[in-house]
Amino acid sequence: MANAVAKVEALHFPHRHLLTVEGLGAQEINFLLDLADQAADANRLPGKKRDILRGRTLINLFFEASTRTQSSFELAAKRLGADVMNMNVSTSSVQKGETLIDTAMTLNAMRPDIIVVRHHAAGAVELLSQKIDCSVINAGDGAHQHPTQALLDALTIRRVKGRIAGLTVAICGDILHSRVARSNIIVLNTLGARVRIAAPSTLLPARPERLGAEVFTDMWKCLDGVDVVMMLRLQRERMEGSFVPSTREYFHFFGLDQEKLARAKPDAIVMHPGPMNRGVEIASTVADHSRSVIRDQVEMGVAVRMAVLEALARNLPKR
Amino acid sequence: MNAAATSARKATNGAKHAGGVVFINARLIDPSSGRDEPGGLLVVDGKIADLGPHLRRNAPEGAEVIDCKGHVLAPGIIDAQVFTGEPGFEHRETLKTASHAAAAGGVTTMVVMPETNPVIDQVALVDFIQRRARDNAIVNVHTMAAMTKGLKGEEITEIGLLKRAGAIAFSNGKSSVVNTRVMRNVLLYGKDFGALVSHHTEDAYLSQTASMNSGEVAARLGLPGVPKAAETIVLERDVRLVEMTGGRYHAATISCAESLEVIRQAKARKLPVTCGVSINHLTLNENDIGPYRTFFKVRPPLRSDEDRAAMIRGVASGEIDVIVSSHDPQDADDKRRPFAEATDGAVGLETLLPAALRLYHSGELTLLTIFKALTLNPAKLLGLPGGRLIKGAVADLILVDLDTPWVLNKDELRSRSKNSPFDESKLQGRVLRTLVAGSTVYQYAGAERT
Repeated sequence: MANAVAKVEALHFPHRHLLTVEGLGAQEINFLLDLADQAADANRLPGKKRDILRGRTLINLFFEASTRTQSSFELAAKRLGADVMNMNVSTSSVQKGETLIDTAMTLNAMRPDIIVVRHHAAGAVELLSQKIDCSVINAGDGAHQHPTQALLDALTIRRVKGRIAGLTVAICGDILHSRVARSNIIVLNTLGARVRIAAPSTLLPARPERLGAEVFTDMWKCLDGVDVVMMLRLQRERMEGSFVPSTREYFHFFGLDQEKLARAKPDAIVMHPGPMNRGVEIASTVADHSRSVIRDQVEMGVAVRMAVLEALARNLPKR
Repeated sequence: MNAAATSARKATNGAKHAGGVVFINARLIDPSSGRDEPGGLLVVDGKIADLGPHLRRNAPEGAEVIDCKGHVLAPGIIDAQVFTGEPGFEHRETLKTASHAAAAGGVTTMVVMPETNPVIDQVALVDFIQRRARDNAIVNVHTMAAMTKGLKGEEITEIGLLKRAGAIAFSNGKSSVVNTRVMRNVLLYGKDFGALVSHHTEDAYLSQTASMNSGEVAARLGLPGVPKAAETIVLERDVRLVEMTGGRYHAATISCAESLEVIRQAKARKLPVTCGVSINHLTLNENDIGPYRTFFKVRPPLRSDEDRAAMIRGVASGEIDVIVSSHDPQDADDKRRPFAEATDGAVGLETLLPAALRLYHSGELTLLTIFKALTLNPAKLLGLPGGRLIKGAVADLILVDLDTPWVLNKDELRSRSKNSPFDESKLQGRVLRTLVAGSTVYQYAGAERT
């Protein structure tokens, strides 16, 4: 593992929060991935628990329902020895009309060390971070950012392919509403991959080429010779006539099936951030194929979150 | 794809000559080359094998000879807007009856609209139209599919699969999509598939309850009017959306000078915008309504004579791309009502060419211009091979007598519905013979039918 031996100046992640992957350098990202790599190996051993975060409190503040991201953060924090509290919107005072900032101030008064936040509005996590004293990790804000997803995707690719630089990665599906796509395009570009995106024009933002990707509305062409195919989830409410006419048509033109996958390189891998809509954006035969690394992504998710928590914890004020 | 090819063959009239059929002594009109000269044309195996002045008197050996007696031989008309009643309103018109009317009017390809019951908004229904046309129609039939589900203007249809199934363009029938975001998405989504979006431009609220053009005549008749702005507001909005999305847009039937100006500016900006006009708006105006004649109630409504003149100028300049019949059969009961309550629509397949020839006889349009807007331009717009008199092209042809005057008796129309605004009108010129893929599907009997 040559990558694990990073340069001295990169052995450092000088940030208080992780709100976005924008602005992170390749060395910083590789530093996190190297840490995560070690965590991933350690996670496969019986003695998983460490004490880096002993005595620290982490709050999972999820304004939007999530199963895997929330449990992934919870598990990562617990493996590092932190105390974890989960707050869901359904049980919080937000339901009673409290504003985002009031909620943040209330939680801040409880003196947590790290807050992990997911919110349906872009920019909400950054707004919250301005009002509280502890470290904030963005676990997804609207269609803006989902930094740990991009990092776990990068780690998954790096472990399977051995590298990221020089690879061609296709990100396909609902680019318009996807924080996963926006985060991944940035990280992959920073690490030297070439990124393509494919979607019907109704699911692309304006000026999509400015995101740093080659844009396709024909998925067959997009997949020509790629190393990685990353599928995105299509939200149910966008399926029936508003952005695309039907799941049938969407699957026909943008669902990943064996026929479209055959355009990619023979050793191309298939990724999906989950949860999958089988038969909408991905065929079951592809999702369950040996080339699918979708379950590896979940495993790497825990490892990457441990790495992020560890890196931020180093910058927390010492008592 | 070519739904009528089989039926055209079925309807063929004569013995096969190994050497084909040669039309001698014709006046060849071809808008694609600008050809207007005496000559002849040879049809072999349903295709144009040869044409030109050298065939004017000399028939190749072994070919059946048809003497055109100096009449015009031109490409068959491609009518880009035809409403039928199939499925759902077969008492008004079927694909079969419409195709017979088309053949009699020199229309060799008709594009039928999705405003039926059920609405043509699914692949299986496109397939239904194609199979019914293949089995029953004697001219080529293509169908537009709905751009929104049920034509409700709310959800976009499966434009990709519908186009693949053979839908030639996408329409919202006789209603405009009110929701701007839906219209944007239709254009944006359709662009990915190279789909042509043909839109009826009439603001739903300004045209609500209205029954004719807003103006002096409506005021005098005491009828609620549709302002011309109802058309231009939607058209201007759509042009902005085309600018934003890059989708291919066709204004189905414009009717006033202001709309023409919008189109002119859009074309000057090189936007993918085209437009059509119905024959009614080129040859009739609001004054024809007279004492509440409901056969003149159409959508968009007949406008002033200045607007009619502007439409003619638009065709002459090429800013208006195509002329359509906007054939819209309605049964007598729906027309035999007080004007405001009568349904819109006029049949037009059989009178499209004779009415257009009025503009030729009046000197307002040249023959080539008329034929270009009836044949070549719709072919280009819809991506069809016809509309051209060139070697190798499919032999969809019409033989036209330009001059003989006659009076229309609506009861002689082949259309199942008789709501023609040209009933009892003097017309000059008519179709003598119509060929689809080289087979004669209509021949003028020369005498009144019983």
